[in-house]
Amino acid sequence: MGASDFAGLPHIGEAVRRKEDYRFLTGAGQYTDDINLAHQRHAVFVRSPHAHAAIKSIDTSRAAAMPGVARVFTGQDVEGKMGGLPCGWLITSTDGTPMKEPPHPILAQGKVRYVGDHVAMVVADTLEQAKNAAEAVEVEYDVLPAVVDVRDAAKGSALHEVAPDNHCYKWALGDKAQTDAAFANAAHVTRLDLVNNRLIPNALEPRAAIGAYSRATDEYTLYVANQNPHVERLLMTAFVLGLPEHKVRVIAPDVGGGFGSKIYLYAEDVCLTWAARQLNCAIKWTAERSESFLSDAHGRDHVSHAEMAMDKDGKFLAMRVHTDANLGAYLSTFSTAIPTILYGTLLAGQYATPQVYVEVDAWFTNTAPVDAYRGAGRPEATYLLERLVSRCGWDMGLSQAEIRRRNFITQFPYQTPVALQYDIGDYHACIDQAEQLSEAAGFAARRQASEAKGLLRGIGYSSYIEACGLAPSNIAGALGARAGLFECGEVRVHPTGSVTVFTGSHSHGQGHETTFAQVVAARLGIEVDAVEVVHGDTGRVPFGMGTYGSRSLSVGGAAIMKALDKIEAKAKKIAAHLMEASDADIDFVKGEFIVRGTDKKVPFGQVALTAYVPHNYPLETLEPGLNETAFYDPTNFTYPAGTYICEVEIDPATGVTRVDRFTAVDDFGTIINPMIVEGQVHGGIAQGIGQALMENCVYDRDSGQLLSGSFMDYTMPRADDFPQFRLGHVCTPCTHNPLGSKGCGEAGAIGSPPAVINAVLDALRPLGVQDFDMPATPHRVWEALQSARKAAQA
Amino acid sequence: MQVHLTVNGIKADLDLPPNTLLVQALREHLQLTGTHVGCDTAQCGACTVILNGHAVKSCNMLAAQADGADITTIEGLAQADGTLHPMQAAFKDCHGLQCGFCTPGMVMSAVDLCRHTPNASEEQIRALLDGNICRCTGYQNIVRAVQQGAAAMAAGA
Repeated sequence: MGASDFAGLPHIGEAVRRKEDYRFLTGAGQYTDDINLAHQRHAVFVRSPHAHAAIKSIDTSRAAAMPGVARVFTGQDVEGKMGGLPCGWLITSTDGTPMKEPPHPILAQGKVRYVGDHVAMVVADTLEQAKNAAEAVEVEYDVLPAVVDVRDAAKGSALHEVAPDNHCYKWALGDKAQTDAAFANAAHVTRLDLVNNRLIPNALEPRAAIGAYSRATDEYTLYVANQNPHVERLLMTAFVLGLPEHKVRVIAPDVGGGFGSKIYLYAEDVCLTWAARQLNCAIKWTAERSESFLSDAHGRDHVSHAEMAMDKDGKFLAMRVHTDANLGAYLSTFSTAIPTILYGTLLAGQYATPQVYVEVDAWFTNTAPVDAYRGAGRPEATYLLERLVSRCGWDMGLSQAEIRRRNFITQFPYQTPVALQYDIGDYHACIDQAEQLSEAAGFAARRQASEAKGLLRGIGYSSYIEACGLAPSNIAGALGARAGLFECGEVRVHPTGSVTVFTGSHSHGQGHETTFAQVVAARLGIEVDAVEVVHGDTGRVPFGMGTYGSRSLSVGGAAIMKALDKIEAKAKKIAAHLMEASDADIDFVKGEFIVRGTDKKVPFGQVALTAYVPHNYPLETLEPGLNETAFYDPTNFTYPAGTYICEVEIDPATGVTRVDRFTAVDDFGTIINPMIVEGQVHGGIAQGIGQALMENCVYDRDSGQLLSGSFMDYTMPRADDFPQFRLGHVCTPCTHNPLGSKGCGEAGAIGSPPAVINAVLDALRPLGVQDFDMPATPHRVWEALQSARKAAQA
Repeated sequence: MQVHLTVNGIKADLDLPPNTLLVQALREHLQLTGTHVGCDTAQCGACTVILNGHAVKSCNMLAAQADGADITTIEGLAQADGTLHPMQAAFKDCHGLQCGFCTPGMVMSAVDLCRHTPNASEEQIRALLDGNICRCTGYQNIVRAVQQGAAAMAAGA
C-alpha cells in the first residue's frame, strides 16, 4: 500500500487515547525495580572517587566477611573471562588510520578513569548488607592528574596507552579545497566560537537491572531498563561474554524514559548477568540518582569554531567548521558516530550552501562516557548552524527570517555537500506558519511593552533539519557501523480476528502500543482495541534494533506495514477460495474482501477463522494460519524539518530569563496520532529549553569531581519554567517509506536551543553583548550584561 | 519496630527496621510498587503519596513517622470497580503522561493541589507542581490535565 492511500485510512491522524495509560495511571506499570525474583540477591557497585588514578590494591576481605555477603567481584575476577564493552561504530581518521579504541573493562583493570568508574561489585542477601559491605571494600589509589575540558585534552595526562595524546580520531567531511576557494572570494565572512554544553540525560527512572540464571536449563535472563533489548543481547553475548544468543533472554519491561541513555550496553548489565551464574541466583541492582549522574552516558560537550562565507546579498557560499568533541573516558556503544556521522552530515541544514567542510577532533577525558542524548549529533549541528545563520543575518543587516528565506533549499531531491540526500520538504511553508503562529509581526510592540516595564525582549529563530529513521544498513556499514539498522515486525492474526503485533521497536514513553495498533487497525479494518502490541522481550519478539534516532514509526512501523502486506496477500487467497474467485479479482476495503465488480464479500474475521479452521481451504497450495514476519531496511534517512521561534523576556537587574512564547512548526510527514506527536514535541522543547537556560553538567576542571551531581545541583526544568507552546504542522510525506512518516521524537530538543539563545542574544545585543554560551542562567546573563557595560565605559 | 498504617483503606501492621523509609515500607513490605523512587534528594516527587490528607514525599520520611497515619497511594485512587479517579481520567484524556514513571507522584500531587487550591490558575498550577519532575511531557499536557481534573473533581464533589 502506498503512503498516500495509507494516510486516508480510518484511525490515521486520530488522537486515539493511549492503550498503555491505564496501567501507568493505576500504579500497575512494571518497571525493572518493581520486579522481584525468587531467591534474589542485591548488588552494589564500588565506584571510583577519583577522576584518574592507578589502583594500587583492593582488599575485599573485610567486606566479604560481613553478614549476608555472597561475593565481592573485582577486576581480577573478570579478567580473562570476558571481553570489554564494545564500541558499535568504527570511525576512520583523515590519515586513513582507525580510531583509537582502548579497552573498556567491565570492572577496572589497574586504573580508574572517571569519577564513578566501576571498581567492584558486592553481592549480598539484602540491599543494606550490600551497601554496608561496599563501604568496607578497601581500595588504595595512586591519584593521577585529571583532564576534563576537551580544550585541555591534548596536553593532559594520558588516559589510555593506545592514545598517548588522548586523541581518538580526526574526522572530516566535505571538499576542503572548494570550500577554501569559496571563502577566498567571499564578500563577507561571519565567524562564531561556541560551546555546546554537556548534559546529563536524567530519564526519571534510574537505570536498573536484574541478572538471573537457571542451572536447570542453562539459560540467562536479564531484566533491564533498556531501549533495545536485542542489541543489548547481541553485544553482550557475542562481544563480551561469548554466550550463545539463544540461551540469553533480555527483557526490557516498562521503561521510564530513555532519551538515548538506555541504548547502551553498560558494565553493570554484563556483571549482573555473568555473576548470576557464578552465584546461581538472581541479582538485582537499581541505580541511585547520584549513581545515574555519575555513570549514565552523558550528552553533547562540543567546542566549535564556525565560519560562513557569503556574497554581498547574504547568499551562503560556503561553511567551514572545526569541532572538538569530548568522548569521555571510554568509548560508549555509539559514541564515536555522534560527533561525526550524525553531526557533520547535518551541517548543510535547510540551506543551499554549495560547499561545507567540517573537521572533528575527538578526545578522551576523565569524565563519564558521552554518547547519544535526545537528538544525538543533530542538536549540536543545529545549534552551531542556527546560531551562525542568525549572526550572518545580523552582520548583513537582514532579519533572522530573511537570511533564512534567502538561502532555503527549494528543489527536491537535494544532494547536500555533506553526503545526505534530502527527499522532500517545504521550508518556506514552515517558517511562514511559524511567523503567523508566533505573531512575529507584533514583536516590536511587545518589545516596547517589555521595555516600558524595564525588561529586555528578544526574538530568536531556528530552522532545523534532522536525519531520522536510521538507516540504510549498507550505507551505515560503509560509514563504519558495526550493526545493521533495519527493523522487524511480526503480525499474528488470531483465529477470532484479533491481532498481536510483535515489534523490535521499544516504547519507553512514545506510545507505540497505541500508534502501532492504529496502523494495524487501519490496514485491517478492525478496532484499535483488537490489536495488542508486544515489545521489549527477546523471548517474544523475533528480532529488533530498538528505539533511538526517532526511528520507531518510520522503520519499525514500516516493518509492520510489510508484514501487513503479506497478511493481506495471503488473506486475499483465502477469501478468493471462499468466494470461488481468482485472487487477482479480490479487493480488500474497510475490513472486507470483495470480488471486484460483484456484491460478493467476506469479512476479515471470517478469513482469519478459515485460516485456522481450514475445512474449506486450498491446503494443497496454501499453508494454514495467518502469521507473518517482515524485516524492513530503509533506503534513505527521513528528514523531519521545521522552524521554531522563541521570545524571551530578560530582567537586566537580575539576569532572569523567561521564555514568554515558543512556537514550533514541524514537518513530520504523515502523522498517525497527533496527540502523541505533540506530546513528543512538548517534551523535546522542554529538554531543549532546559539545555539553553538551566541544565549544565559541570566537572571541577582540576579534580574531575562532578559538581552537578544531584537534582539539587543540576537544574531540571519544572512546570513553571515554561509557557504554553504553540505548535503547528506542515506535511510533506516521506517519499521512501510506506507510511510517509519521518519521526518526531527528537525534533523539539534539536530545534529549540538555538531559538532560545538567538532570542537571548537579540535581547542583549543592543546592550553590547555579542556572544553567549548556554545555559543562559541568571548569573551568566547578569555577568554578560555587566561585562558589556564595563566594556562600553572603557 | 512495630508500625501501624492504614494504606488505601486497609490496615497494615508492619515490623520494620527503624531506618525504613515510608517509600520502602510501601514498595518492599506492602508490594505497592506504583509509588516510585526517582532520586535520592527529595526533589523529583515520583514517590508522592497522600498522608492524612496532604501530599508528602514518601522518600523523605521514615515509616515510623507515619505510624498511625492514613495513606493513599496511586493504587488506592481508582474506584473498587476499576473506574479511574477524575484526575487519573484527565491525565489519560489530556495525554498528561508518557513513560509513566513520574505519573503516580504527579497524579497524587495534582489531587492534593486541587483539594487544597480548588480554583488554581494555570500559573498557580505550574508553581504548585514545582515539587514534581517530569522529563517526558514538557508539563503542558500535565497542566491541562490538572485543569480538567480539577473541574471534574469540583463537579463530582
